[in-house]
Amino acid sequence: MSIRQIAGTLGAIIVFGVALMAIFAPLLVPHDPFAQDLNLRLVPPSFMDGGQPDHFLGTDQLGRDYFSRLIYGARISMLIGVATVITSGLIGITLGMLGGFLGGRADMVVMFIITCRLSIPLILVALAVVSLVGSSLTVVVLTLGLLLWERFAVVTRTTVMQVRTLDYVSAAWAAGCSRTHILLREILPNIVHHLVVVATLEMAIAILLEAALSFLGLGVPPPLPSWGLMISEAKDYMFFSPWVIMVPGISLFILVLGINFLGDALRDFLGATRDA
Amino acid sequence: MLVFFGRRLLVALLVTLTVLTVSFALTRLSGDLAIAIAGPQATEQDIIIIRKAYGLDRPVVVQFVDWVVSAASGDLGRSYIYHEPVARLIKDRLPVTLTLGLTGLLIAMATAIPIGILAAMREGTLFDRGIMMIAVIGQAMPSFWLGLLLIITFGLKLGWLPISGVDEWDGYVLPGIVLAFAAIPAMMRLTRSGMVDALASDYIRTARAKGLSRASIVLKHALRNAAMPVVAVAAVQLGFMLSGSVVIESVFALHGVGYLGWESISKNDFPVVQAVVLFLAVVYIFLTLMADLLNAFLDPRLRTS
Repeated sequence: MSIRQIAGTLGAIIVFGVALMAIFAPLLVPHDPFAQDLNLRLVPPSFMDGGQPDHFLGTDQLGRDYFSRLIYGARISMLIGVATVITSGLIGITLGMLGGFLGGRADMVVMFIITCRLSIPLILVALAVVSLVGSSLTVVVLTLGLLLWERFAVVTRTTVMQVRTLDYVSAAWAAGCSRTHILLREILPNIVHHLVVVATLEMAIAILLEAALSFLGLGVPPPLPSWGLMISEAKDYMFFSPWVIMVPGISLFILVLGINFLGDALRDFLGATRDA
Repeated sequence: MLVFFGRRLLVALLVTLTVLTVSFALTRLSGDLAIAIAGPQATEQDIIIIRKAYGLDRPVVVQFVDWVVSAASGDLGRSYIYHEPVARLIKDRLPVTLTLGLTGLLIAMATAIPIGILAAMREGTLFDRGIMMIAVIGQAMPSFWLGLLLIITFGLKLGWLPISGVDEWDGYVLPGIVLAFAAIPAMMRLTRSGMVDALASDYIRTARAKGLSRASIVLKHALRNAAMPVVAVAAVQLGFMLSGSVVIESVFALHGVGYLGWESISKNDFPVVQAVVLFLAVVYIFLTLMADLLNAFLDPRLRTS
């Protein structure tokens, strides 16, 4: 196996592992992730000095079991990733298909909307929206979904343009198929492999963005155990107990790396392009 | 060329106007601004007074037109918290953000371009593939977390660099590295693919046949052709860096424009939020416009499409 295949396999294992962790979180956790124990604050992981066997990854500043919070945090990251991809995918693919298929004026409008979206400072606007509407998981998903569609739109538009002049599309026109039929039945299935690859990239970006928003205090509200929020809450203690930011940080890093590896492997396997 | 320039400028203006509308609409989403400004303890009477004092009792369209007209003349309104003109607040904090952005860009280019060239010269070898793998790994690093790790390692454990603030020039090093980190993979890929194409071209074969040295071929002949897209991307990356500095500035407690934006969002200081969003957008639009024009100037084929 080449390096790339090993990376791809590793990516698939990580992503499915975290997904399973998220789904079966209530069965896996040794403690209630929200239960505080002020007598047991900032206990180090069990493999470090002063650790307790009961708390595998130690406890946080409120004495909550870190391992349990980490597993519940996987739920938030996966939910954000998947839900954002679905929302932004719907918007981006629709816009991209309209622009690429209709061409002309419609395409100019689509390109203009994409340019506008790119000019809007992403993080600042996301922070502002979450702050104005009030922070909750739904608000974060919708905000990210409404902001992260441009890569879907660009790739859909370009690939539709490449496909629409091919023989089987002309054949469908000649056979008297409707526009909708051609778009959804002839074109979409032939570009879907590109979109799958974009989806993995978009999922990684969404997860990192949610973490950044939560880190800045305007993402997922406490006491939910978002990994970004865990880093934010722990950063005042990081000088004396560095593991408090290492545990959620490494988890984020591994998950995003896994998604990127999987995306690269899919690109090689499906022969798709990932770059816009 | 002139037609291209004019059309491109028109699009940039339209985009600016759209962003203006969006950033205005954004602050009206919340419903009543006056209630947010007045705070939780305000009475009905206070809210009415505030609504009048800030001109929020006028129709939304009137407020919008008023804001656009004054924004166009450089008046971005007054901060509710600082009681100062927003334009001055941004101007005071711009040097920090700009220095940070340029430091990040410099670090990114100084790292990405040489590595990209080396990878292209050894195309397909273990070195090349290893570098590309490292780029993927780097992209998975959450920037704020990387910032904290650098603070712990270089600021606290080794004591080499300050962990926050920019009283001296060395305060920009760590945040600059974090900012550069995000831009390096894209720049490296672009340099590499540009160099791979350039090295395979006819004029390089001619240069080789003439017996020129390897260094001269790579640096003078190939790089000059591969560098154009990289320079254009660098401009766009600078735009992304300036807007991404919101996170980095708050990690390193740098009082730049990004920090101002974040601070104003958490304090409901809406004129500042509107203005910072608009300002970052305009900078980005300007930079992409410059990159497009530069590309068109260097490559005549782009002008006609």
